Amino acid sequence: MPASSTTSAVSLLSVAITFGPKVGGYTAVKNIDLTAAPGEFIAIVGPTGCGKSTLLNASAGLLKPSHGEVEIFGAPLEGLNSRAGYLFQQDALMPWKTALQNVAVALEPQGVSRREAELKAREWLRRVGLAAFVDRYPHMLSGGQRKRVALAQMLIRNPEILLMDEPFGPLDAQTRQIMGNLLLELWAADRKAVLFVTHDLEEAIALADRVVVMSAGPASHIIGEFPVPLPRPRDIAEVRLEPAFHHIHKEIWASLRTEVQKAYAQGEEASP
Amino acid sequence: MNRLKLILLQVAVGLGFLLLWHVLTAYPILAPTRQTQFFFSTPLDVLARVWKEFASGEIWRHLGITLLETILAFAFGAGGGILFGFLFARRELLAAVFDPYIKAANALPRVVLAPIFALWFGLGIWSKVALGFTLVFFIVFFNVYQGVREVSPVVLANARMLGMNERQLLRHVYWPAALTWMFSSLHTSVGFALVGAVVGEYLGSSAGLGYKIHEAESVFDVTGVFAGMVILSIFVILIDLVVTLVERRLLVWRPAPSTNGQG
Repeated sequence: MPASSTTSAVSLLSVAITFGPKVGGYTAVKNIDLTAAPGEFIAIVGPTGCGKSTLLNASAGLLKPSHGEVEIFGAPLEGLNSRAGYLFQQDALMPWKTALQNVAVALEPQGVSRREAELKAREWLRRVGLAAFVDRYPHMLSGGQRKRVALAQMLIRNPEILLMDEPFGPLDAQTRQIMGNLLLELWAADRKAVLFVTHDLEEAIALADRVVVMSAGPASHIIGEFPVPLPRPRDIAEVRLEPAFHHIHKEIWASLRTEVQKAYAQGEEASP
Repeated sequence: MNRLKLILLQVAVGLGFLLLWHVLTAYPILAPTRQTQFFFSTPLDVLARVWKEFASGEIWRHLGITLLETILAFAFGAGGGILFGFLFARRELLAAVFDPYIKAANALPRVVLAPIFALWFGLGIWSKVALGFTLVFFIVFFNVYQGVREVSPVVLANARMLGMNERQLLRHVYWPAALTWMFSSLHTSVGFALVGAVVGEYLGSSAGLGYKIHEAESVFDVTGVFAGMVILSIFVILIDLVVTLVERRLLVWRPAPSTNGQG
């Protein structure tokens, strides 16, 4: 359950994001109001191309909203969001560094000495189950192992907000489950606010406290927010078998289905 | 098994060529042997000359000078190329302003500069180093420029989200990315450094492999010219081998080391 607190970790206040010219540009998202409390795990689902990642980029400070405000712990966000960690969908590790170097380098901006950073990095790689792979370069690791390194790289900085953009998208179903459980286990240790973007509704329900559904683009907006009252700790594979899970799934799918169909129809007409 | 077959075939081609050469120059088939040997020498004479050069120790001095020129040309060319490649890639305006001039300078056949360099830097090693520099610089420059500009945006965004400042980005992201591109052109640029040295020597000097070849040519010593070419080839293969070893060591993180230059 989300920690109750007066301040929110992330607030998007009537955010709109337009690419290209102000007039006639492509409006990805519009009228977005979303608040994540500290310690709350929010999953954002929506059809392909609905601007889910755009919201994460705005929360990260990688993208400035054309309209509206992003607030981080009550303060307006300017520049990059230094209190957030970002797990990208694509491979974002530095290919010229070993797993250990990739994780250790994340502490350099905080002024941690190299020796101490490497000690901590080893510990984190052990925690994500890669103790035996510290000296491997990214190309020598499997897709799932690279995600584990990226997870360790993000978490070693101890960010207060975790932004995840379909992080397990490219992985196979079994690896996704394992990674999901690993994420929940690490998250449970000291709960951060999480914005987790996915197009997989089951994954969203299994992981999150709250599922936010977005409409099809352009000018995508939030069409529903659904609390997930499933007890924790959860096991990704087992929680799917519970009746409550099916109930929630059915409820959310009812609102998501028309949007997915809309996006699909648009894709048939003209793929971007 | 397959590899062995390949090597045998490769050796067979070489031996076949030498045999053809030998037969055509040792027997009066196409023309009298005096005539063919004057124009084409014979493989045995060439090998004997190569052997003599090494045995007498005379060639080592020339090899040493050519090697020194090659190394200096590469070092200065690569250093300059990296510096300016970085600068231009990070400063859009600079790149835009200088773009036509760089293209013009690169389009110029560098050989025409050799006499000018000889005039400016004398007939010693520095005019050759300068010629090699102009060849190496542009290869490295363009590669580094490309490398810095084509850094994966995701890797870059990730590094920035980790809180890296400009200096740290330079060290952990831009620099390794640029080096990768530079190393991928290492064979080409080292090769061009050598070309610069040898051409420079050929056009005016008193030592080096290019000088040896030129000297033999000026007295119609075909055997000497071919012997010089054989020695030059051996030299190039050895240098290339060293480059491959260096490359393999430095690019250990890459899935498959590239073996050719930019082509």
